[in-house]
Amino acid sequence: MANTNIHITTTINGQPYEFLAPSYMSLLDALREIVGLTGTKEGCLDGNCGACTVNVDGRIVDSCLVLAAEIDGCEVETVEGMASSEGLHPLQKAFLEEAALQCGICTPGFLVAAKGLLDNEPNPSEHRIRHWLAGNLCRCTGYDKIVKAVQKVSSEG
Amino acid sequence: MVQTFKHQSEYKVIGSRPVRHDGFDKVTGRAIYGGDIKLPGLIWGALTRSPHAHAKIKSIDTRAAEKIEGVLAIITSKDMPETEDKMVDLGEGDENPRWTSNKLMAQQKVLYKGHPVAAVAAVNRYIAEHAATKIKVEYEVLEAHNDVDSALRKDAAIILESLEGDDLGEEIHNTNLAKHEKYEFGDVDKAFTNATYIEENTYTMQMVHQGYIEPHNATAFWDEEDRVKIWTSTQGAFTARTALSNLLQLDVSRIKVTPCEIGGGFGGKIPVYLEPIAALLSKKTGRPVKMMMERTAVFETTGPTPGGKVWVKIGADKEGKLIVAESKIWFEAGCNPGSMIEPAAQCIYAPYDIQNTRIDTYDVIVNKPKVAPYRAPGSPQVAYAMESAVNDLCEKAGWDPLEFRMSNASDKDTRRGDGVKFSVIGTKEVIKATKNSDHWNSDLGTSEKGKVRGRGISHGYWFNIGLKSSVNLNVNKDGTVTLIEGSTDIGGSRASISMQAAEVLGIPAEDVRPSVVDTDSVGYTDVTGGSRTTYATGFAAWEAANNLIVEMKKRVALYFDRNNEDVNFESGVFSVEPDIENEKPERKITFKEIAEKIDDDDLGGPVNSVGSVDLESAGDGFGMHIADVEVDLATGKTDVIRYTAVQDVGKAIHPSYVEGQMQGGAAQGIGWALNEEYFMQDEGGMVNSSFLDYRMPTSLDLPKIETVLVEVPTPLHPYGVRGVGEVPICPPLAAVGNALKDALGIRFSDLPMNPAKIIKAIGN
Amino acid sequence: MHPFNYVAPVTVKEAIDILEKHGDRARPLAGGTDLLVQARGNKWDLDAVVDVKKIPEAMQLDVSNNGLTIGAGVPCYQIYDHEKIKSDYPGIVDGAFIIGGIQIQSRAAIGGNLCNAAPSGDAICPLIVYDATANIAGPSGNRDVSVEDFCVGPGKTVLKNGELLVSISVPKPPSGFGAAYERFIPRNEMDIAVAAVAVSVTLDNSGTNFESVRIALASVGPTPIFATKASNSLKGKSINESSISEAAAIAKDESSPISDMRGTIEHRKQLIEVITKRMLNEAVKRARG
Repeated sequence: MANTNIHITTTINGQPYEFLAPSYMSLLDALREIVGLTGTKEGCLDGNCGACTVNVDGRIVDSCLVLAAEIDGCEVETVEGMASSEGLHPLQKAFLEEAALQCGICTPGFLVAAKGLLDNEPNPSEHRIRHWLAGNLCRCTGYDKIVKAVQKVSSEG
Repeated sequence: MVQTFKHQSEYKVIGSRPVRHDGFDKVTGRAIYGGDIKLPGLIWGALTRSPHAHAKIKSIDTRAAEKIEGVLAIITSKDMPETEDKMVDLGEGDENPRWTSNKLMAQQKVLYKGHPVAAVAAVNRYIAEHAATKIKVEYEVLEAHNDVDSALRKDAAIILESLEGDDLGEEIHNTNLAKHEKYEFGDVDKAFTNATYIEENTYTMQMVHQGYIEPHNATAFWDEEDRVKIWTSTQGAFTARTALSNLLQLDVSRIKVTPCEIGGGFGGKIPVYLEPIAALLSKKTGRPVKMMMERTAVFETTGPTPGGKVWVKIGADKEGKLIVAESKIWFEAGCNPGSMIEPAAQCIYAPYDIQNTRIDTYDVIVNKPKVAPYRAPGSPQVAYAMESAVNDLCEKAGWDPLEFRMSNASDKDTRRGDGVKFSVIGTKEVIKATKNSDHWNSDLGTSEKGKVRGRGISHGYWFNIGLKSSVNLNVNKDGTVTLIEGSTDIGGSRASISMQAAEVLGIPAEDVRPSVVDTDSVGYTDVTGGSRTTYATGFAAWEAANNLIVEMKKRVALYFDRNNEDVNFESGVFSVEPDIENEKPERKITFKEIAEKIDDDDLGGPVNSVGSVDLESAGDGFGMHIADVEVDLATGKTDVIRYTAVQDVGKAIHPSYVEGQMQGGAAQGIGWALNEEYFMQDEGGMVNSSFLDYRMPTSLDLPKIETVLVEVPTPLHPYGVRGVGEVPICPPLAAVGNALKDALGIRFSDLPMNPAKIIKAIGN
Repeated sequence: MHPFNYVAPVTVKEAIDILEKHGDRARPLAGGTDLLVQARGNKWDLDAVVDVKKIPEAMQLDVSNNGLTIGAGVPCYQIYDHEKIKSDYPGIVDGAFIIGGIQIQSRAAIGGNLCNAAPSGDAICPLIVYDATANIAGPSGNRDVSVEDFCVGPGKTVLKNGELLVSISVPKPPSGFGAAYERFIPRNEMDIAVAAVAVSVTLDNSGTNFESVRIALASVGPTPIFATKASNSLKGKSINESSISEAAAIAKDESSPISDMRGTIEHRKQLIEVITKRMLNEAVKRARG
């Protein structure tokens, strides 16, 4: 195997991180295996399910299709960064109150994706919510309660 | 003797919507799913898989892989222990360990594309997967059977040479027919001669996959004492333990299975796939081994539900009575016997009271992955057929589809297609609720130019299983109770089980603290599946809570210096009546207050209890769905524009999670109806094995899914709970199909009803 | 997956040198949304990926009076979020807006979509009807290739050993120009096109006749097809249902789809006819303002 390790300096959930990752390693694997944040999930490894969604420099991305090497110097946000010492993010609270998760494996991806929407568009229509979240697959809920949870947060301002 | 219950009308906890106990962990990413397990010294495993759907293995050359730096071990079927040849009950389907062992690691032949041929353990995942591709396998390719017709041809290549088929009790050999069963009641042939209206059609469907977002995973450690620890995302730790015991030829006491959080199952994570391989790699390397299944392999090698053919012929008299029904059901079992032909027979006529019925079922071996249960396995396929036929019969005769179903509805003591008689069921209530629903009474509306709309309805049924569950309860000093259970929580069951205990104990749901534990830490518990968990594990929790009250009463008696039998308990409060003779006053104490005292000496020690159940049915479940579709006549594009799911849920313990089951099942059914299928190439093997081309609905493909919860409590449960999870995938196929019939005047009898087929039919 | 090295050159020359040295065992990396999937699927055995995102020419996004220059590594979202590109090049925005979902569009580049050379590539047909040019740099120097000539087979382009697509130039559309792109998919998102059509029209001064038309078809041949017959059939013709229907029928004949897991021949042919008609009407509408 190639011996090239890439030196990566980044900020993850507001914390500085510095580590070596193999040149061919995805950001998803780097988060889960090297940084130790397993909240971001593996679903398909080909950008079709969104379970691995994280936020890089303000844009939501499928971390399975980003090389760890590519986020050197970038700011990364994962689900683990959504809650603060003051409590859960409004989206996390809404997901619980609206029962917008069943097995929960897609939930981190949906939370990061939904946050990416509401951070830029605080009052999206239902169609816009569904369109924005179309890159996140859920097999348990039929999306109904997920959409309702996002609508709840957007209506509460 | 089966216990029956009368029910309260009002509850303190049941029917409320507390936040689920594992919710915080799941929205913060803290919850540990099987793929998140980390252990010191962990290494990774990967599989070499067959590119062919049917082939003899001529040779396996592992030398190139062995040389790769970082590779620690390689195994093949030679390393798999010799298993017994018998059927083992896994809770929703049987398996024969000899077939299963071969399915998990091919011996002489590969029987489906992706069939594992070898496994590699290496220091990291990349090396393991890379090395697996370097194992050279020589194959002699054989004819592959993609469907039942091909497999049942007279000159068909035989897939399992040693198969002993069962044709109505007669042993057959040299065949791909594993089983043929028949159920017959009344006089079917005579009844058809008396039928004024007859509808007959053949309905075909492809395999579809459960589609859980989380791939299969397993971590195993085989220690120096030949004890094996397994961490896995499984629907049943005990079932997995049984399977592993058979496959690894170890006593169950040597195997400990820890069920991790699970990213969806729907039945597909009842069988084991990676666990025994990881265990054997661990045995060979002495290290803990983790395996995650690649998405293509999830589709190509883990159980989808059967595709196949359902022929239905029904007859009604001129008064509108459905007097006769006959059907033939061919299901693809995949590479081993065991498709869901029994449940199909149990379900097909269930919503109707029909005096004369006949069913022939056929379990057929094909070169596809062995099927696994998928949410009411067998029922959606036959519901598609039966409900399409009923729809068309009503159209033919000019009958209202709801009125027809109401006047022919099954009820208590109606005989099912397999002969079992119903107890109290809610078919009529469901039809009535559909009739009264907002959706049914709303206008369909008109489309823009070039599009048409239609509305369709369909019944759905699942019998819901009971089986075994165990629960332990322990009282804490602060008045909370820990609840130990073994039911994997796939959809919020920790909450609904805790709520049932809380109701008995008169404490808030938040004061019951549930844990889902491993096979060493709780009594035997069957799978989370079969719509049994809220019912059976809830029943066990109810039983444990009642036993806990008995124990608490003893503490209260000691505390009040009275006899056990003097202590009453109601709504969370223990009390004793005044004992005038002995000058003892009336006294009261709450659950929480007496709990605070349990550390005191003289009060009889720690308070704990057990509930252990082995139950029959979880109360038959009926549902009815209404689908409105809109079709673009030029392109065939179909959108579901409104959808309502009505269902008899018995009693909704936590309504949000009951609604969630209904919506999720509906979504899967809609995907199945419109776009999902295993697309096979002629040489065998699925070609669309990714989330890109296996087209499950996205959030933009579905409307809000309205739910109507009907509650006809079953006397078989203290709170009237009926299983709810599986019914909702049964109606959507025909609901959408009947909506398309309404919109286009065309009957689609082949799933999926996708745009290409719609355009072709419109053109004809 | 063959383990590959990662390099991020800062000049075009550096990139070309690395690509030339490794031959077909190195590929440029833009968004990664095709390349990494293919590397994992063992379509390529790569020794190196060459990240173009640190090369300024590959990341430029320039709208001027001369036209639009899109660096090969520019992600889709930058294109559809750009006000001037939205108003002046809506047909290109149509394509960029439907490649994958939001997450994909944060990374995927239309340069990458072009170099991936799938017959279904959503960026390619719009570029063809905008008469775009691929700006290539290589060991023998720079050259330009019309986008309609860029793809030569499924997954195959005209790029020679060591060559790199640096940017795509789109000429400023003349007045009376309108363009649109639509694809058919069975779901509402996340699918590869079953069939798709891009159309651009230039209307004469009266706005009632076609001066010139370009029609490009996706997913109905081994490469995206520039439907020259259908396009030329409308030259000088009056804009009405009959001329549009005729052109759509010719476009249908110029398509040569296959039946596969994503669609049937019959369905694709019908879709080409239907969508060509729809896109001609839409392009005319946009041309008329």
